[in-house]
Amino acid sequence: MPHRQSLSALNRMLATGGISSTEITTHFLDRIEQNQQLNAFVSVDREQTLAQAQQADHSRRNERNSNLKGLPVALKDIFCTQDLLTSCGSRILSNFVSPYDATVVERLDKDGFIVLGKTNMDEFAMGSSNESSYFGPVLNPWNTARVPGGSSGGSAAAVSARLAPAAIGTDTGGSIRQPAAFCGLTGLKPSYGRISRYGMVAYASSLDQAGPITQSAEDAALLLQTMAGFDSRDSTSLDTAVPDYLSALNTGLENVRLGIPKEFLDPSIDAEVLSAIETALEEFEKLGAKLVDIELPNSSAGIAAYYVIAPAEASSNLSKFDGVRYGHRTAEFSDLLDMYEKSRAEGFGDEVKRRILIGTYALSAGYYDAYYLKAQKVRRIIANDFSQAFKQCDLIAGPTTPSTAFPLGENLDDPVSMYLNDVFTVPVNLAGLPAISLPVGFDQSGLPIGLQLIGPYLKEANILSAAHSYQKVTDWHQRIPGDYE
Amino acid sequence: MSISKSDVERVARLARIGIEPHEAERYSIDLSNILTLVEQMNKIDTEGIQPMAHPQDIQLRLRDDEVKEVNKRDQFQAIAPAVKQGLYLVPKVLD
Repeated sequence: MPHRQSLSALNRMLATGGISSTEITTHFLDRIEQNQQLNAFVSVDREQTLAQAQQADHSRRNERNSNLKGLPVALKDIFCTQDLLTSCGSRILSNFVSPYDATVVERLDKDGFIVLGKTNMDEFAMGSSNESSYFGPVLNPWNTARVPGGSSGGSAAAVSARLAPAAIGTDTGGSIRQPAAFCGLTGLKPSYGRISRYGMVAYASSLDQAGPITQSAEDAALLLQTMAGFDSRDSTSLDTAVPDYLSALNTGLENVRLGIPKEFLDPSIDAEVLSAIETALEEFEKLGAKLVDIELPNSSAGIAAYYVIAPAEASSNLSKFDGVRYGHRTAEFSDLLDMYEKSRAEGFGDEVKRRILIGTYALSAGYYDAYYLKAQKVRRIIANDFSQAFKQCDLIAGPTTPSTAFPLGENLDDPVSMYLNDVFTVPVNLAGLPAISLPVGFDQSGLPIGLQLIGPYLKEANILSAAHSYQKVTDWHQRIPGDYE
Repeated sequence: MSISKSDVERVARLARIGIEPHEAERYSIDLSNILTLVEQMNKIDTEGIQPMAHPQDIQLRLRDDEVKEVNKRDQFQAIAPAVKQGLYLVPKVLD
């Protein structure tokens, strides 16, 4: 059954002619249809997707050296697509069909990846539970009373339930890694600037980065290879060569120094998470890694700085949604100001409004120095801590999240407790570093636990090969939730 | 620091988001809690530290001034809430 195969395995099967893209794609489209209760997808166009799969099969038969892979993937509804709705989980974009494709979409298309559908997400990627979506919450396939994490919750749930062999998400403060951890998957946030942000609806532009949510590090390498690289349409896109991630996978862990920040093994985190991380670290040691104690003394201030910087950037980025050129416009209004205020009041949900308001406050006259400037200085200190740490180690390891997936509704009335979920992931975005979450076990109630590996700037290959080494000797990443086997 | 109802109303006006009086009350509680969280960063001594606006300390790229984009006016206007004769319609601003 194609859904029991990894993306890389499907790629090999396609290459040897063991299966067609049409067969694979049909199978996943059927599974999406049969599992709508998870609410993982916002839009799917079966006919058009199948036509693309047939086209990929046709090309493969007729052009021997075709790059067209014919592999289906799910795409977070934050990437602009000309053929499907791009709602960003918001009412204000619930009627928006983009006039252009995001660079990520163009690159996937160029390599013959087929978009199975657009996945549900927290509204404008603001959330850690996928409960802020206009289209309703996504359920965690491991336990449908739990959240899948967010903001790329639909992408993670889709891969976890094997409704797609892999998915693309975005990560501003943990939005790829946290849902990957909650859903038992591998989630990679590349270095800032590695993948073009063109056509990716902006939340916090100095933090946002796209990346893959997959079954394995090998699958993540395959997708990163396609998506990474310079794009003149993104002014922060890096004009540096893209390494061969797939051939770097087998570098091994011999003599790799794994830094363990004592701040990340805080006794306040869940005991079962802590114990799974410790067991995983022993496994890394057996594979040749050397554990080194390091310090990230200011990392706990990451959340505080993030909740100034991200909302400040969001308040500016989201000012373009005004009901004039596209998106939702209120039905009745007295004048222009009234039209703006009503369209935005109706179009945005609670969490988005909170962040726009806090961001506007932090940037407003009299508060700028105390909040925004202070946060930017703290950001520098946190980035410097990482630079210091990487003088003593090659990679940093710790838990991805302080707990496993929490119950739906648990943090809804308390935004601050929701924010604290991202305590280990946010500092990485502030510093612009690459990091991966990979599954390393389960708690007593059967919920997955994720380990985070953080690398120096642009060292995605090192992170991927470390994760791959671990996945070659463990099978946590191959577990599928019982109802979706 | 806490944010009062009138602070919320002022900021909401700046952000062009209409809010009802009962919402202002709730937002003032939520936003005050968020500010309490944010103020934890005051424990960190940032004396003499340069603000970091961005992960990359590089110069913005310049490009040649040449036309690359094709005109997509019709496509852009096809998704607009209200257009007339190629113009975006909004309520009258000047009498």
